[in-house]
Amino acid sequence: MTSSRVYGVLASFTSVEGIIEAAKAVKEAGLTKWDCHTPFPVHGLDKAMGVKMTKLPWIVLGCGLSGLALAIWLQWWTNAVDYPFIISGKPLWSIPANVPIMFELTVLFSALSTFFGMWMLNRLPRWYHPLFSVPSFRRATSDRFFIVVEADDPAYQAPEIKALFEAQGAATVEVVEETITNTDWPPKIKFAAWAAAGLLMLPPAFVVKAKFSTSETPRLHLVPDMDHQPKFKAQAASSLFADGRAMRMPIDGTVARGELVANEALHTGFLGGEYVTEFPLPVDEFLMERGRERFNIYCTACHGVSGLGDGMVNKRAQEIVSPLWVPPLSLHAETVISQPPGQLFQTISKGVRNMPGYAQQIPVRDRWAIVLYLKALQRSQSGSLDDVPLQLRNTIR
Amino acid sequence: MADGVAAVDDPIRKPPLVQGENDFASVTDIVCQVSETPKPPKAWYVTFAAALGLLGALGASIVYLISTGVGVWGNNQPVAWGWPIVNFVFWVGIGHAGTLISAVLFLFRQTWRTAINRFSEAMTIFAVICAGMFPAIHVGRIWVIYWVFPIPNQMEMWPNFRSPLLWDVFAVGTYFTVSLLFWYMGMVPDLATLRDRATSRVRRMMYGVFSLGWTGSNRHWHRYERAYLLLAALATPLVLSVHSVVSFDFAVSQLPGWHTTIFPPYFVAGAIFSGFAMVLSLAIPARELWGLKDLITTRHIELMCKVILATGMMVGYAYSTEFFVAWYSGNRYEGFAFINRAFGPYWWAYTLMVSCNVLVPQIFWFKKMRTNMWVVFIAAALVNVGMWFERFVIVVSSLNRDFLPSSWHYFTPTAIDLLTFLGSFGLFLTLFLLFCRYLPQVAIAEIKGVMPQAHAGHGGSAATASDSPSGQVPPEGVK
Repeated sequence: MTSSRVYGVLASFTSVEGIIEAAKAVKEAGLTKWDCHTPFPVHGLDKAMGVKMTKLPWIVLGCGLSGLALAIWLQWWTNAVDYPFIISGKPLWSIPANVPIMFELTVLFSALSTFFGMWMLNRLPRWYHPLFSVPSFRRATSDRFFIVVEADDPAYQAPEIKALFEAQGAATVEVVEETITNTDWPPKIKFAAWAAAGLLMLPPAFVVKAKFSTSETPRLHLVPDMDHQPKFKAQAASSLFADGRAMRMPIDGTVARGELVANEALHTGFLGGEYVTEFPLPVDEFLMERGRERFNIYCTACHGVSGLGDGMVNKRAQEIVSPLWVPPLSLHAETVISQPPGQLFQTISKGVRNMPGYAQQIPVRDRWAIVLYLKALQRSQSGSLDDVPLQLRNTIR
Repeated sequence: MADGVAAVDDPIRKPPLVQGENDFASVTDIVCQVSETPKPPKAWYVTFAAALGLLGALGASIVYLISTGVGVWGNNQPVAWGWPIVNFVFWVGIGHAGTLISAVLFLFRQTWRTAINRFSEAMTIFAVICAGMFPAIHVGRIWVIYWVFPIPNQMEMWPNFRSPLLWDVFAVGTYFTVSLLFWYMGMVPDLATLRDRATSRVRRMMYGVFSLGWTGSNRHWHRYERAYLLLAALATPLVLSVHSVVSFDFAVSQLPGWHTTIFPPYFVAGAIFSGFAMVLSLAIPARELWGLKDLITTRHIELMCKVILATGMMVGYAYSTEFFVAWYSGNRYEGFAFINRAFGPYWWAYTLMVSCNVLVPQIFWFKKMRTNMWVVFIAAALVNVGMWFERFVIVVSSLNRDFLPSSWHYFTPTAIDLLTFLGSFGLFLTLFLLFCRYLPQVAIAEIKGVMPQAHAGHGGSAATASDSPSGQVPPEGVK
């Protein structure tokens, strides 16, 4: 299946001057399909050959600008739109912090397009070339300068071209024959290529399947280091300590947060096993005002602003008919009114029925302030004319 | 050129870039024989064996690190950035000289770069490989390292593009890619030379595949040179940006001793400084070993010494400016950080740094020193030591005494720290020695372009001792 045909005429020169003069002569002879092959880029040869300026810079400019646009879009979309990153109150999108990536991607895209664009325009890689079969042509990458005129050239006339080269002082002139071989792929290779292409489609197919289906099983963890963390959990057993507990007992003399009982009446609401009936701290207008504020923050959600048990949470629970909901008592019920301040303090601290204890959220003094405000609130709903000062009684209608 | 060396400092009569009676063929021979001799010099075997040993140590220490955790290093609060980051900045810095020589000196028409650019580009690539390794293994859970890239994932999260650490990923990644393209593209014509000289089938195949079928076509050279110029123009701002971005890792933080605007230029100057020192450390033995003295001449070594002298003084100036700013700012914390840096527990590291980086290069004022290869080699090695300690001082001395005196901690590295660092030299040297043995160490095609014979109208005679006044590379770029 092999045949041969004439590729062209190849001439070699030993000096830079020789190749430049010869190139000028070939150009003047009106030949178009020809080239010079030199071991290094020779000054002035482009001009002698009439090589036109490459369009590579324009490709690079386009790709560089694409890189810039991609960097802007990528940073804006990922950090300000798709997953807004809130950092130190900074704006989600601002130019200065995004300049480094814009610069890097511009340069990266420009460089990649320079590299690949150059090879593409040069039609490389091309691992076979007819000239590679000429032994003397190997010096083209060492110290010889070659000119080849291809047989495809419309003005190709071997004897004339040979004469032209000889007139220019060529060191060697020869006609190059090209061997044409069957370029079809063997069936086995063809089959293997198709099989490889098919197998390459498998991973993307799995990705697509995963994208459009749901899975009941947990994600596969190749490194399950986050699934099994070597640590002790609260209240667990441990062989590390002699007493077998993972947790440590408090050191003698230390007081845990919220567990200080410096003044029994103040911190517990009890005195000698009985609820205190007097406030264990000075009562004044500020405490009352504080109590109103705290009550409105912590208590009104269930008990309502007036304490009638008509808070928003209760209303909502009634509306959706929650089976778990125990409605709060009206704080104006006789059973609540009759409670001494110490008992109210206890209820706020430890909770009752469904109501949780608020000792963790509300400091001791604020709990007493709430008790004080509650007493005033109860009084407001069960007052009589005797409670109004004498000089104001006639203003009541 | 009997008067070649004597005329070194005469600005009008410079010695030729290629010495000896060389023509195109002999230059090709000089470079190609390195990889064509059946056996490399004995010194190559010795260093290669040592490098492989260190590489094995690196692999072992990384396996131990990944299977155990970063606790095997000395890093701990408050010095959470210990040796891994010191080593990262050290290697990235070294990786600057290559692209600086190939790109910046190219744009400035410094034709002397042709003898050393291939060599230093290779050094750059291998140094950046070593550098990139450290942050990667420093993340701890290396199997999720892909989180640093903006890849859509099941967490529906994206990396934070306003973090200097992410800028680093892009800066170092881009720098590596562009350096690799630049290096490889420059090498293709020389690989074609090796392919055409190959005598065995294996060599012909290997060099043939990687030379992409290069024929030296002038139509190809035209686009090639344009592409080379473009890459140089792109790599020039890049080389200045990489270490600027690395310095942002520090400068953008709020830590006294790191939070300074001087860091970007200071880091870049230091990077060029250390990079040239490393080129010298490698070039001096290589030119002795492989007989490249006609190509990498005394003049090349001298010029590099001058670059070291200049950048060394820039670095010294930055050291003093830091102190001035710490005082002038009136910031007590900044002031403390710098007093602590020079007189605190790491005073010895600071002293070593200043001696190696500021005092040692001063010997290069003297021509006798610049032309004595032993002096240059030792001074370059000391500069590398000093530059490693500069990064150590910046990282460790700023961190070890933080705002809370109760957490002050004197950082000490572990044996694994040391093994990983030495191992990175093994990786670097292994790659470099393989490069020296199998790839063209000097840009053959480019060096032919700066020889007198390469220029029509220059008489084509080697008798012209002076450089061509205009840059010879690239011919088309000059138009």
